Amino acid sequence: MIGAGHAGLAISRVLTEQSLEHVVLERGEVANSWRRERWDSLRLLTPNWQSRLPGYAYAGSDPDGFMTMPEVIRRVADYAVVSSAPVRTHTAVTSVRQIDGGYQVATGAGEIRCRCLVLASGAANIPRVPSLRQAVPQAIECVTPFDYRNPQQLPPGGVLVVGASATGVQLADEIQRSGRQVTLAVGEHVRLPRTYRGRDVLWWMEHSGVWSQRYDEIDDLERARGLPSPQLVGTPERMSLDLNVLQESGVAIVGRLAMIRDGRALFSGGLRNQFALADLKMQRLLDTFDTWACGRTLDVEAARAERFEPTRAPATPRLSLDLRSGEIRSILWATGFRPDYRWLEVPVLDRKGELRHDGGVVADAPGMYAMGLPVLRRRKSTFILGAEDDARDLVGHLARYLAQGGRRAS
Amino acid sequence: MAESINNGVNIDALLAAREALKGAPEAAKFTWRASCKWRNGTHATSTVQGFHGLGDEQKHKTQFSFETDHPEVFASEDHGATPVELVLVGLASCLTAGVATVAQNRGIQLRSVEAKLEGKMNLYGILGIDSDVRNGYDDIKVTFRIDADASKKDIEALVAQSQKRSAVYDIVTNPTNVTVEIV
Repeated sequence: MIGAGHAGLAISRVLTEQSLEHVVLERGEVANSWRRERWDSLRLLTPNWQSRLPGYAYAGSDPDGFMTMPEVIRRVADYAVVSSAPVRTHTAVTSVRQIDGGYQVATGAGEIRCRCLVLASGAANIPRVPSLRQAVPQAIECVTPFDYRNPQQLPPGGVLVVGASATGVQLADEIQRSGRQVTLAVGEHVRLPRTYRGRDVLWWMEHSGVWSQRYDEIDDLERARGLPSPQLVGTPERMSLDLNVLQESGVAIVGRLAMIRDGRALFSGGLRNQFALADLKMQRLLDTFDTWACGRTLDVEAARAERFEPTRAPATPRLSLDLRSGEIRSILWATGFRPDYRWLEVPVLDRKGELRHDGGVVADAPGMYAMGLPVLRRRKSTFILGAEDDARDLVGHLARYLAQGGRRAS
Repeated sequence: MAESINNGVNIDALLAAREALKGAPEAAKFTWRASCKWRNGTHATSTVQGFHGLGDEQKHKTQFSFETDHPEVFASEDHGATPVELVLVGLASCLTAGVATVAQNRGIQLRSVEAKLEGKMNLYGILGIDSDVRNGYDDIKVTFRIDADASKKDIEALVAQSQKRSAVYDIVTNPTNVTVEIV
């Protein structure tokens, strides 16, 4: 197993339950990314009661709260302890090669041979920054969510936040509150209210079954796997953080950053349709919840469907912005992340560098599995509570593979 | 459902082509061409016929020809549409074709689709009167009137998806590199 985050520990726990001998290699400490690659104010998007892992339900006093990063780190670290997970910390994998009957894993602390390998090293190891960054004038400071800790580290003055995923909207909000004028470039995005009919929207995702929808039941899987994270924030007030809220606090919304030419950032004029698509998709999802709720006796506050105001389009959104005028002093690239497979010397990546896999069973690499990637086996795969079902499925496959003496399991 | 409706779009062929092109990235690279010949004044004739795609040279069944000019208020002879009107034509026809295709794919029977387009332009740009005014449209409005066997919400989704997958909408809303050479 490579990676001792929540996904790696979940699968380790299930392997232990089935007495399958294994070791978890961790480049740093348990929950390393949560410790080093997150900004100060971040809290989980999922409420505490949804932070269960195999054999480890939430037992705290604030089930509806959202964990801060120190709380997440403590919880994942405690899980490693109570599971007696065989973790080798500070053991970075430097290469993985295919050998007869398995894999040869080189680490900073020697070589390991294994019959099966689980990649649980995460989906978000490297910030994905578009190549147009090269055209940003020198005077502007560029920051990724990996470098960013809090607004005070940014120079005073205007900030262009590129991307309206959970990361983009959360950082746009706190930077605007710090007194810096934020311009937010919005492409395709996923709008969700924090609560719906008195319940957390992720309660609905779980109970209505939407989150458990399997990867092989989804029409356009490639699209589902590439979707930006939903516009959610975990706060004690359970606030929604959509583009209307951001506009009310003074954030200027512009279209997708399409090009930087002669020092000018050019934005798409297709903003209204991005709003229309996100509003329609949110409405369709809420309709799904209503259909599911219809006829059931539910402990929800509001008996009737709730409707939300459409995203308000700025009358004349700006189409260009002179990056040399001094108006913008820094750019925050909230343009997504990608996994780091530079150490993986097995030809399992596609032409775009994505892992080729069927529900976590890596293609053309018998005995190799992946965990914790978007919509790996279900819509909930990248969320903490999504790890259990995926871990059980994949350990089932892995156990059959080993029982058949390493031949391909069906 | 999808089988019983017919908007005249061969959706099976399109979906099959989509699958085939997934495994043939080179074949998906198309080059479109147009030629233009000056007549007199602001009058010109443009033609299209050949294009490149699916790894080979292709052509329309016949050559199509377009006259462009400017109206008499521009002191021109008005032999054809203005080029900026042709841009509206391109956008309207692309979105409309998209509506028909998406409707076919979603099993929605169309009875009529009409679009009206308005593009607002300040001539201070092209006349060089005010350098802060751009040459092109500063706002384009498309209004669809659609009669179909579908709810208002489904029609809204249809039109949104048509924009999302429209080449001309993308060309109009996003910057494109243009190289102009003399030979």
